[in-house]
Amino acid sequence: MMKFMLLFSRQGKVRLQKWFNAIGDKERKKIIRELVSMVLSRRPKMCNFLDWKDYKVVYKRYASLFFCCAIEESDNELLALECIHRFVEILDKYFGSVCELDIIFNFEKAYFILDEFLLAGEIQESSKNKVLRAVENSDSLQEENQEAEATRSILEEFGLS
Amino acid sequence: SSRGDAMRGLAVFISDIRNCKSKEAESKRINKELANIRSKFKGDKTLDGYSKKKYVCKLLFIFLLGHDIDFGHMEAVNLLSSNKYTEKQIGYLFISVLVSSNSDLMKLIIQNIKNDISSPKPVHVNLALHCIANIGSVEMSEAFGQEVPKLLVSAHASASVKQSAALCLLRLIRTLPEAMTYAEWASRVIHLLNDQHMWLTAATSLIHTLSQLSPGDYKGCVSLAVSRLSRIVTSTYTDLQDYTYYFVPAPWLSVKLLRLLQCYPVPEEPAVRGRLVECLETILNKCQEPPKSKKVQHSNSKNAVLFEAINLIIHIDSEPNLLVRACNQLGQFLQHRETNLRYLALESMCLLAGSEFSADAVKKHRETVINALKTERDVSVRQRAVDLLYAMCDKTNSEEIVAEMLAYLKKADYAIREEMVLKVAILSEKYASDYTWYVDTILKLIRVAGDYVSEEVWHRVIQIVINRDDAQGYAAKTVFENLQAPACHENMVKVGGYILGEFGNLIAGDERSSPLVQFNLLHSKFHLCTPSTRALLLSTYIKFINLFPEIKPTIQNVLQNNNQLRNADVELQQRALEYSQLSSITSQDVLATVLEEMPPFPERESSILAKLKKKKPASVQVSLVGCFISTYVSVQVSLVGDTLMDAFDDVLTLPADLGESPSTESTEHANRPNGLAKKIISPGFLLRFKLIHFKNLLIFADTIPTGSKGMRGLEFFFGVLFENALIQVGVKCEFKEQYGRVGLFFGNKTGNQLQNFAAAVSLGPEHQGKINVATQKEPPSQIDGGAQVQHFINLECISMFSGSPNLQLRYQHSSAPQQVTLKLPVIINKFMEGVDMNSGDFFSRWKQLGQPTQETQKIFQARHPIDTEAARTKLTGFGMCALTNVDPNPENLVGSGIIKTKTSQIGCLLRLEPNKQAKMYRLTVRSSVGEAAALICSMLEE
Repeated sequence: MMKFMLLFSRQGKVRLQKWFNAIGDKERKKIIRELVSMVLSRRPKMCNFLDWKDYKVVYKRYASLFFCCAIEESDNELLALECIHRFVEILDKYFGSVCELDIIFNFEKAYFILDEFLLAGEIQESSKNKVLRAVENSDSLQEENQEAEATRSILEEFGLS
Repeated sequence: SSRGDAMRGLAVFISDIRNCKSKEAESKRINKELANIRSKFKGDKTLDGYSKKKYVCKLLFIFLLGHDIDFGHMEAVNLLSSNKYTEKQIGYLFISVLVSSNSDLMKLIIQNIKNDISSPKPVHVNLALHCIANIGSVEMSEAFGQEVPKLLVSAHASASVKQSAALCLLRLIRTLPEAMTYAEWASRVIHLLNDQHMWLTAATSLIHTLSQLSPGDYKGCVSLAVSRLSRIVTSTYTDLQDYTYYFVPAPWLSVKLLRLLQCYPVPEEPAVRGRLVECLETILNKCQEPPKSKKVQHSNSKNAVLFEAINLIIHIDSEPNLLVRACNQLGQFLQHRETNLRYLALESMCLLAGSEFSADAVKKHRETVINALKTERDVSVRQRAVDLLYAMCDKTNSEEIVAEMLAYLKKADYAIREEMVLKVAILSEKYASDYTWYVDTILKLIRVAGDYVSEEVWHRVIQIVINRDDAQGYAAKTVFENLQAPACHENMVKVGGYILGEFGNLIAGDERSSPLVQFNLLHSKFHLCTPSTRALLLSTYIKFINLFPEIKPTIQNVLQNNNQLRNADVELQQRALEYSQLSSITSQDVLATVLEEMPPFPERESSILAKLKKKKPASVQVSLVGCFISTYVSVQVSLVGDTLMDAFDDVLTLPADLGESPSTESTEHANRPNGLAKKIISPGFLLRFKLIHFKNLLIFADTIPTGSKGMRGLEFFFGVLFENALIQVGVKCEFKEQYGRVGLFFGNKTGNQLQNFAAAVSLGPEHQGKINVATQKEPPSQIDGGAQVQHFINLECISMFSGSPNLQLRYQHSSAPQQVTLKLPVIINKFMEGVDMNSGDFFSRWKQLGQPTQETQKIFQARHPIDTEAARTKLTGFGMCALTNVDPNPENLVGSGIIKTKTSQIGCLLRLEPNKQAKMYRLTVRSSVGEAAALICSMLEE
C-alpha cells in the first residue's frame, strides 16, 4: 500500500500532500523536510527508488514538479512509478497540459482527482478515462448547482421568490 | 458578487500569497486573512453556504502552506449537511485533511456520513466513503465496519460505489481488524473475483488484506485468482481496452493477483498448479519478445509484472526450472542501461540467493556484482550490490567477498559504512576457517573504518578471543602490533587494552613486548582517549598488576596520580581509588581470584546479527545461531530508542544471570540484589565490570536530553524507588503521549522467602477517573530469598491530575507483616511533550491565552545564582521545549509543551524572567486549562 504521496517544486515547496494512514502533524512536517531535501539532492540518471526508514520511496520529476510516494517494503517499485505517471496523465488531460500553477490554484481539484484514482493507499481505478469521467461528472454537478444559484438570485432580486 | 466564477476570492488570495516577497510578508498576509475569516465566522450574520465554502477552502490552503489552523472545523462540518454537492465536497475535503481522529466533532461528522452513505445519490455515497477511507479512525471502523460490506455486495450499488466501498472497508479493517466478521462475508467477497473487470483491482486489494488476516476463510480465492491471472496474461492488449496500459494488459490487476497468491502455499490441486506455472512461464516468455513500444512506461509496467511473478516464484520455491530462468532474466538486467532495472535485479537476486535451487545460479554473477560495487554511480545501487554480495557469500567465496568489501569500505559512502562493517564482521565470523583470518579482518575493519565499528563488533571480537584458546596468543600479538601505529583508532585501544589485560602474559616473554613495554604503549594512548576508554584501560592496569607483579609500583603510581584520583569524571575517580586500594590492601591470592581470567561467554545469537536485523530485517539470511556467543557486554550497546529499555531489562536481571556463571566466588554476592551497590570487595572482575556498566547506564539515562534524536519521544525514568534492610524496589518508567509503562523490580535482600507479597496501585479520590491503571498480571505472592521479580503496570492519563498515585506494598518477613506506601514517579509533566515553535507562533498563542483564568504567575527568590543555561536544562528535563530566539530578551527563558491526555491535549506556554539585581525570578505559565497553568507553575517553582 502507498503510505503517502507528495508533490513539490524544485524549490522544495510542497504543492500537494496526501497521507494514507494516521501520522501526526509534527511527524508529517519532519518527513516532508527530510524527504524533500533528500530527493532534491539526487542527480538525474540516478535510480528512482530509495530506501528510507521503513519505506521505499519512489519519485520522478515532471517539468518543475517532483512526484514522490512512499510504499511498503513488499510493494512493487516499478508499478508505483507508473502510478505516478498515470496520475500525471490524468492531471494533464483534465487541466489540458498541466503545469505547477494549475495545481497551486486548483489544489482542491487535484485532491478530488487523487481521491478518484487512489483510495486508502491503493489503486481505486486504473483507467484514465474512468477517473476523468468521475471527476467531470462531479464538475457537472457543480455547474448545475451554480445555475440553480444564479436563477435563485435573480428571482430574489426581483422579489419573486 | 460573481458566483459563477468559482471562488474568485480564493484565487485572489492565492495570488497575493504568491506575490509576497518575503516570509514575513507572507505571514502578515496570512494573519490578516485568518483574522478576517475569524471575524466572519464569529459575526452575527449567518454566512451563506458559498461564503462558508470559500473561507473553509482558504483555511485549507493556509494549512497546506504549513500553518496551524485551530478554527473553522465547525463551519466545515456544517458544509457536510449542505444539499449542494460542491459545498459538501469542500466540507469533506477539509475534514479529511484537517480533522484529527480524536476530534470532539467526530460524532457529528459520523452522523453526517451516515446520512450521505444511505443517500440515493451515488455521488454523495462516494463522498462519504472517500471520507471514511481518508480518516479511517477506530470510531469509524466501529460505526461503519458492518455497513460498508453490505454496499460491497449489494445488487443495487453502482460499480463506482462498490469500488470505493472495497477500499473503504480495507482501510477500516487495517484500523480495527475486529470490525468485520470475516467468515460471514468470505464467500461473497471471494466471488467478486468473477465479477466484471472494472473494479477488480480494488476488490483484489481488499481480498489480499483479508487473506492475510484470515487465510482460512479466504483460501477459496486461490483458484479464482489463478484463472483471472491466466485470462489476463493470455489476452492481447486490445482485449482489455481501458485497462491496457502502454500495450501491457491490466498491470495493476496482474500485480495484485500475483501478490494475493503469495499469501498462500502453492495450490495443491494439479490443474490449478499447472495453470499457475503456465502463467508464470508466459510472463517470463514475454520478456524475451521484442517490445511493443519504446516508451519507458511499456517496459516499466511489463517488468513490474515480471518482478512480481519472480517474487511469487521465490515464494513457491519448489519449481527449480522457474527459479533458474528467473535468475537468468535478472542476470540480463544486471547490465541493463536503466539504473532502475539494475537496482531491482540486485534486490530480487538477493532473495534468489536464499533458495537452494537458485543459489548457485546467483553465484555465477559474482564478478558482475563486485564490478557494480566499484562502478555504479548511485549509492542506492551500490548498497544493493553490498546486500547481494552478503547474501551470496559462502565458504568458497568468503575470502574474496570480504576482501572486496574491505577494499570498498575505504571509499564507501558514509551512509552505508556502518552496515557494511556489520556485514563484514558477520561474514568473517561465520566463514572463518582459522581465527587468525578472523582477528586480522576485524582489526583491519577498525583500522579502515574505526568510527563505524559499533560496540557490538569490538565486543564480539573480544568474546570470541576469550572463548577460543587457539586465538588468544595470536590476538595479543596482533593487537600489540596494531597499537604501535602512531595514530590508532580509539576502538583499537579498547580492543587492545582488553585483550592485553587478559592475555598480555602470552607475549610477555618477548622483550620487545615485555610487561613494561605493553603498559607504556597502552598508557601512551591514555590521555588521548575518552573517559569510557580510560575507564577500560584502568581495568586493564589492575589486571596487569595481577599478571605482572613486577610492574605493580609503576601502575600504582598511575592509579594514585591526582589526574586519576581527582578526575572530574566520577567513574574514573572511583575506579582509580578502588583499584589502588584493591592492589594495596588485598593479598596476592585474593587479587588473583578477583582478577582471574574472564570465564567463557555462554553461547547466544550474535548481537551484531541482532543489530543488522534491526537495521535491515529483510536482508539478513545468514544465521549465526550456535556459532558463537554474546553476553552482557552488549548491554551497553546501542542505547538508543527501543533498545534502551531492553538494556535496562538485561541489567536488572543481571544478578540472576551471575548466579549461573561458572565463577563460584561471585555467586553468593550476586544473589544479593543490592550486590549491585557493593563496592570494593565485590568478588571478581566480572561482577565489577557489570557494576560499571550498570552505573554507566544510569549516568547515560540521566544525561539524555528529552526528545533527543533516536529517543522517539519516549521519556525514561530509572532508579531505586525504595530500599530497606529487607527489600529493594527498583523502578523504570517510559512515557509516550498519554500512555505510561512502569516496570517495578522487587528484590528480596534477605535469605528467606518474603510471603504474602502484594503490590497494588491505589488511586486516591484526586486521581479517580483521571488515571487508568492496568496490570497484565498480578505479582507473585512470594519472593524467594535473594530473588528479584518484575511487575509491570500500564497507565493511561485520562485527564489532568495533580500529585502522583501511590503504590501499596505488603509482605511478610519471618511472619511479621510489613507495609509500605510509595509514591510512583508518575507526575503530570511526564505526559508532556515539548513543542518547538518560532517567535511569531509563540507570541500569537501567548496572546490567545490572555484570559486571567488561563495564567498563573509567581515571583520568587532565586536559590542559586541565576543561570539561564541551567534553567534551560531543567525546563527540558521537565518536558517542555526550551525555545531559542523567541524572546527578545536573551536572559528570558520561554518554553512550550503539550500535555497529552486521553480526553484532551493541553497546550502550555511558559516564560521565566530573571532579575539578576534582585536575584528574583518571575515565572508566568499560560495554558488553555487554567488548572494546568497553576499546577505547572507550582511544580516548577519548587
